[in-house]
Amino acid sequence: MITELGHFALVLALGVALIQALGPLVGMYVNPGFGRIAVPAARVQFVLLLISFGALVYSFAVSDFSLALVVANSHSAKPMLFKLAGAWGNHEGSMLLWALILATFGAAVAFFGRNLPDGLRARVLGVQGLIGVAFLLFLLFTSNPFLRLDPAPFDGNGLNPILQDPALAFHPPFLYGGYVGFSIAFSFAVAALLEGRVDPAWARWVRPWTLAAWCSLTLGIAMGSWWAYYELGWGGWWFWDPVENASLMPWLLGTALLHSAIVVEKRGALKRWTLLLAIFTFALSLVGTFLVRSGVLTSVHAFAVDPARGVAILIILIFFVGGALTLYALRAPALKVEGLFAPVSREAALIINNLLLTTATATVFVGTLYPLALDAMDGSKISVGPPFYNLTFVPIVIPLLLLVPFGPMLGWKRADVLGAAQRLGAAALVAVVALGAAWAWQNDGPIGAPFGIAIGAWLIVGAFSEIAYRVRLFRGASLKEAATKAMRLPRSAWGTTLAHAGVGVMVIGIVGISAWRVEAIEALALGSKMEVGGYTLTLRDVESFAGPNFQADRAEVLVERGNREIAVLTPEKRIYSVSSMPTTEAAIYTIWIADLYVVLGDEAGNGTWTFRAYVNPLVPWVWIGAVIMVIGGMISLSDRRYRVGAPVLAKVAKPKTQNVDAPA
Amino acid sequence: MRGIFSICALLFAVLLTPAYAVNPGERLADPALEERARNLSQELRCLVCQNQSIDGSDAPLARDLRILVRDRLSAGDSDDEVMAYVVARYGEFVLLRPRFHGQTWLLWGAPFIILLVGVIAVLLTLRRRRSDKIVPASLSEAEKSRLEEIVNNSEKP
Repeated sequence: MITELGHFALVLALGVALIQALGPLVGMYVNPGFGRIAVPAARVQFVLLLISFGALVYSFAVSDFSLALVVANSHSAKPMLFKLAGAWGNHEGSMLLWALILATFGAAVAFFGRNLPDGLRARVLGVQGLIGVAFLLFLLFTSNPFLRLDPAPFDGNGLNPILQDPALAFHPPFLYGGYVGFSIAFSFAVAALLEGRVDPAWARWVRPWTLAAWCSLTLGIAMGSWWAYYELGWGGWWFWDPVENASLMPWLLGTALLHSAIVVEKRGALKRWTLLLAIFTFALSLVGTFLVRSGVLTSVHAFAVDPARGVAILIILIFFVGGALTLYALRAPALKVEGLFAPVSREAALIINNLLLTTATATVFVGTLYPLALDAMDGSKISVGPPFYNLTFVPIVIPLLLLVPFGPMLGWKRADVLGAAQRLGAAALVAVVALGAAWAWQNDGPIGAPFGIAIGAWLIVGAFSEIAYRVRLFRGASLKEAATKAMRLPRSAWGTTLAHAGVGVMVIGIVGISAWRVEAIEALALGSKMEVGGYTLTLRDVESFAGPNFQADRAEVLVERGNREIAVLTPEKRIYSVSSMPTTEAAIYTIWIADLYVVLGDEAGNGTWTFRAYVNPLVPWVWIGAVIMVIGGMISLSDRRYRVGAPVLAKVAKPKTQNVDAPA
Repeated sequence: MRGIFSICALLFAVLLTPAYAVNPGERLADPALEERARNLSQELRCLVCQNQSIDGSDAPLARDLRILVRDRLSAGDSDDEVMAYVVARYGEFVLLRPRFHGQTWLLWGAPFIILLVGVIAVLLTLRRRRSDKIVPASLSEAEKSRLEEIVNNSEKP
């Protein structure tokens, strides 16, 4: 009954999405009043999809094995969290979640977008509705989650054990929040093209949505990477796997979009480019969906491999991107060119940022798709792996990182490089000290590593130098005055600083694990010891036990440094009963500037067990940096200027508060 | 050959000498040789896995390939010779760093071509823009009337 309700709500949602799309996109040309239907339609579509998704989650929670999807992806012995997460841990359920998030963003525009001009809001919702129609058709016709099974089996097949993990339970929702969130930027771009108008106000409306999507995607990617680190059992955190690349591409281009939209907002320049970025960012989100679900790529994520679905997504992709680009070709030349600026200015800096980010995106794109294209053309097979990206992607990103602290220091229109360089003196000094310290500390590590650390330090100190400059710290202002001023800076300034500093923290983490990882692999008997990076590990015990849905061996390892006992680690090796798939549960002891990472391997004979132990320097900083970036994004999002309903509220508030604005 | 090698390796494992190896049974006695083996392993794809190097894979085929690399190195091959040997047997698909040749020049060249095209496009646009005159965006009718309304309202406090 609940299932039928969910199924019915899904079909209804398709009808409502159709109204939401046709009202503004067709109806408005008949009678402008028809556009208004988009707002209630967006709300109703959201509620219907919420009901539908709720019904699916309920079926998973109660293990309703009359539902084919539950049978294929769940099992009655699973812990409740993973039963629930199982609802979106598969192709059909995750597409429903995708559609729900799409509708959520639509409803948010309908709800918070009261200050948007009626025409623009209606058209944005119309485009959003059209995307909804496409994905709901896709769901109902190729990937229906509500199909029944008769007779119902007694139990299900279980969820892939390596996916039974808290971080992974929440990884897809955040990732989709990012992918789908970029659809709003796309809808705004198409709506602007339909109206033939792009102005600073438009950029101001687009930016918070893009920023929200970006934060969500950053968090989603970071969660996936963290999961890979502790679950896959050898401590890698990024594999340049095609599916990882699929999420990295929209992230890179979305980052470029965030920055180019600033130029449109502040200076009215880069309009056409920003429109193109908005279109391509969402296009890459769709490409990502296509790559993951069509089975054209081999990847650890190979779930739901079905060529028919791939073709359907490809058609959706071509329809939306082709349509938007055609519209662009027709309308963009009519957009007025505005905003002159000198070759050295913040505009120019942001153009360089965009150039490098776009090139980096294109590099990942080519690297991911080249093997497919080559195979299709003459059947020859090649692999493009981490060594390729280290040689191409990294050299593109390094100049970008070096230039980041300059951006906020440069003025609009015309700027003074020397002045900016002077303000970054402290950052340069700290970077040089960091370089020297890292150089002295490492014995025979790679030559590039100390430079990497220096770049990280440069980014962190450089980011805070902007705040220091703005509050005149060390330049006449007392510490107290500076602190008061710093508190009064617009939140977007703090957001920028934190996000850029977060990049620096992440760079340091990446350099640490890539350059200075220490590894030891030994076969240990009970009571014997091994050394890794200054730690002594003693195997005290190995015992077998039964978990809720798995059998496991658990080792007890005493960790000592010098003669001091530090921790007792318990790495596990599990075999899940339903799929008989072995997984490793690494034991991680973190001191925040390094992780001790211990993995229990197979029995090696003669009562010994294989152990792999790693000391991974600075690796937690990779994710700490990502979290700092997200916090920066969220602080920026809370800035008064971007609070989407702010102008409405300002009517009641004191007029003075309206002018709290960043000095441009 | 492999028998002697495994016995040596096992001896090493028993003696608990710190060394780098993927499995205790696979390591080579000579640390320099072993390090070369590790470096090569990171460039080779595990053919039955999904986009993993043989260095990080538990698959039996990856293990065989690791041992093959070590056997060749022990036999005195240079790094290039080992790679050539592996490619001759398994094809170029096994290389994670594709070779530069007629089929892959575009792959390797793409980042630089794209960057170059981007730089040229930016320069051309900026040059053209400088010769254009700036036209301020005009307000729509609705905005004009709203502006008037605001101006009128603010006149009577």
